[in-house]
Amino acid sequence: MTLSPADWNALWLTLRLASVSTLVLLVLGTPLAWWLARTRHWLKGPVAALVALPLVLPPSVLGFYLLISLGPNGPIGQLTQGLGIGLLPFTFAGLVVGSVLYSLPFVVQPIQNAFQAVGDRPLDAAATLRAGPWDRFWTVAVPLAKPGFISATVLGFAHTVGEFGVVLMIGGNIPDETRVASVQIYDHVEALAYDQAHALAAVLVVFSFAALATLYTLQRRNTHLNWGRS
Amino acid sequence: MSDALQLRFQHRYPGFELDVDLSLPGKGITAIFGPSGCGKTTLLQCIAGLERAQLGQLTVADQRWQDDNQFLPTHRRPLGYVFQESSLFEHLNVAGNLDYAAKRADAGKAALSRSAIIELLGLDTLLRRRTFELSGGERQRVAIARALLVNPSLLLMDEPLASLDNPRRAEILPYLETLHDELACPILYVSHAADEVARLADHLVVMDAGRVHSSGPLTELLSRADDPLRLGDQSGVVVETRLAERSDDWGLMRLENGALSLWVGDNGKALDDRIRVRILARDVSLSLSEATDSSILNRLPARIIQLADSGNASVTVQLDIGHQTLLARLTRRSVAELSLQPGQTVWAQIKSTALLR
Repeated sequence: MTLSPADWNALWLTLRLASVSTLVLLVLGTPLAWWLARTRHWLKGPVAALVALPLVLPPSVLGFYLLISLGPNGPIGQLTQGLGIGLLPFTFAGLVVGSVLYSLPFVVQPIQNAFQAVGDRPLDAAATLRAGPWDRFWTVAVPLAKPGFISATVLGFAHTVGEFGVVLMIGGNIPDETRVASVQIYDHVEALAYDQAHALAAVLVVFSFAALATLYTLQRRNTHLNWGRS
Repeated sequence: MSDALQLRFQHRYPGFELDVDLSLPGKGITAIFGPSGCGKTTLLQCIAGLERAQLGQLTVADQRWQDDNQFLPTHRRPLGYVFQESSLFEHLNVAGNLDYAAKRADAGKAALSRSAIIELLGLDTLLRRRTFELSGGERQRVAIARALLVNPSLLLMDEPLASLDNPRRAEILPYLETLHDELACPILYVSHAADEVARLADHLVVMDAGRVHSSGPLTELLSRADDPLRLGDQSGVVVETRLAERSDDWGLMRLENGALSLWVGDNGKALDDRIRVRILARDVSLSLSEATDSSILNRLPARIIQLADSGNASVTVQLDIGHQTLLARLTRRSVAELSLQPGQTVWAQIKSTALLR
């Protein structure tokens, strides 16, 4: 029960995809979470629902629409072609786009909740101490929302590692380009190579368990801090 | 301009309207007094720019902070703010909280140095503590120090003691008194506790339902017979006195302000020290002649200025003792039996006097 070079490649690709996607998610998700946490705009509800959609939709639905819109006749496909980037389906970049949408709620929601928990008081206090809006955001809101950012990072990363349906729809099965670990396991099972499938699946189980266990242990410790506060 | 604070705010919510037009002194403590829900905190938030009044004009020490055309955001207003509950940053320890303010302090000569502020509020031993390890009283002391560290031109305090129990309040009040003596900038102090106000304030604004009911020097408002603060049983005057002499034989000292002269228990202050005392109206009784056979030590001749009905069976009598005003609360029956009239000369007997500071 050892991993073949192809298995290693699939794992490496999975890690790369999850890392890049998590990074993009943090960059895009943080301002979105901030807006959702603080706005009273009527669009808040619809936008929040849009962000949460990947939680309830079958990944194949998400993948299907992505395939259409990123494809040669889709609006985004036409745009990317016009920009000279070419077409995204069946490329690593396409997978990143899919993963970002697929894991969006897992990153936005913890950060949004954390920002909401921070509340107005510390930000008002910072304003009375001469801190401008950016200053307040970086020196008060982000540090106080740190538990939310940790959850978002771990969940976003782990969820992207566990992605399968969207990848299959828009990534296909190209070695070193789009064949991630979950697809590789599927291939092994299709080929009745159960030993290989076992090895790779075990790696994913161990990884996911370790990531979540670490997260929940950290959260427990934070709760203790909160209790000490009151 | 003697009045360094000019403010006018109009702000309407569903079910509440703030409408305030005030000129306040540019130094000392101005207490904003009133029942909860009267708009005290909203007024303070308007001054700080945390709440944007629909109509607002604000000038502090000849600097325009707000009018119809401009609105200085909170972080550009040279103020300090102490919130009702703890507002400390929990991701920083005590020193970190203080540094946060010090780093952003207004340039120019600081009124008080960092070390002076830390000493003033007794924080040396707390600097390395995490904020959640502090008691409520310690937290408010850190919050006050942090507000002072930005070197404010105006210090706003929103019921800083309201969330504390009595022993904790007693622990902080002396710090606030020191602050009053050390700080050059004016302090707006929101409170609904009469004893705090009597002890700390120089000037008083009484608010009711979003409007200013009355505004004036503390001693003046407290000596009005119509009880503008609605203190009822707790109404009474506050007098600034001087320690004039002491009698070591009896353990007493004599305080005076003009013709008002009071023997009270010696508290060890030095001769000529200024001492603020509070004399509750219910602790003053009147007699037509001097009751030399009474155990009450302080008996002073006084002239009745006016009598005001104070509800139920009682009447508040405003007295003049050589240009110093005193209030006495009597039953309506006593007033009738002695047939007290304005202009009449009587003897005031003062049963007890509270030394405030």
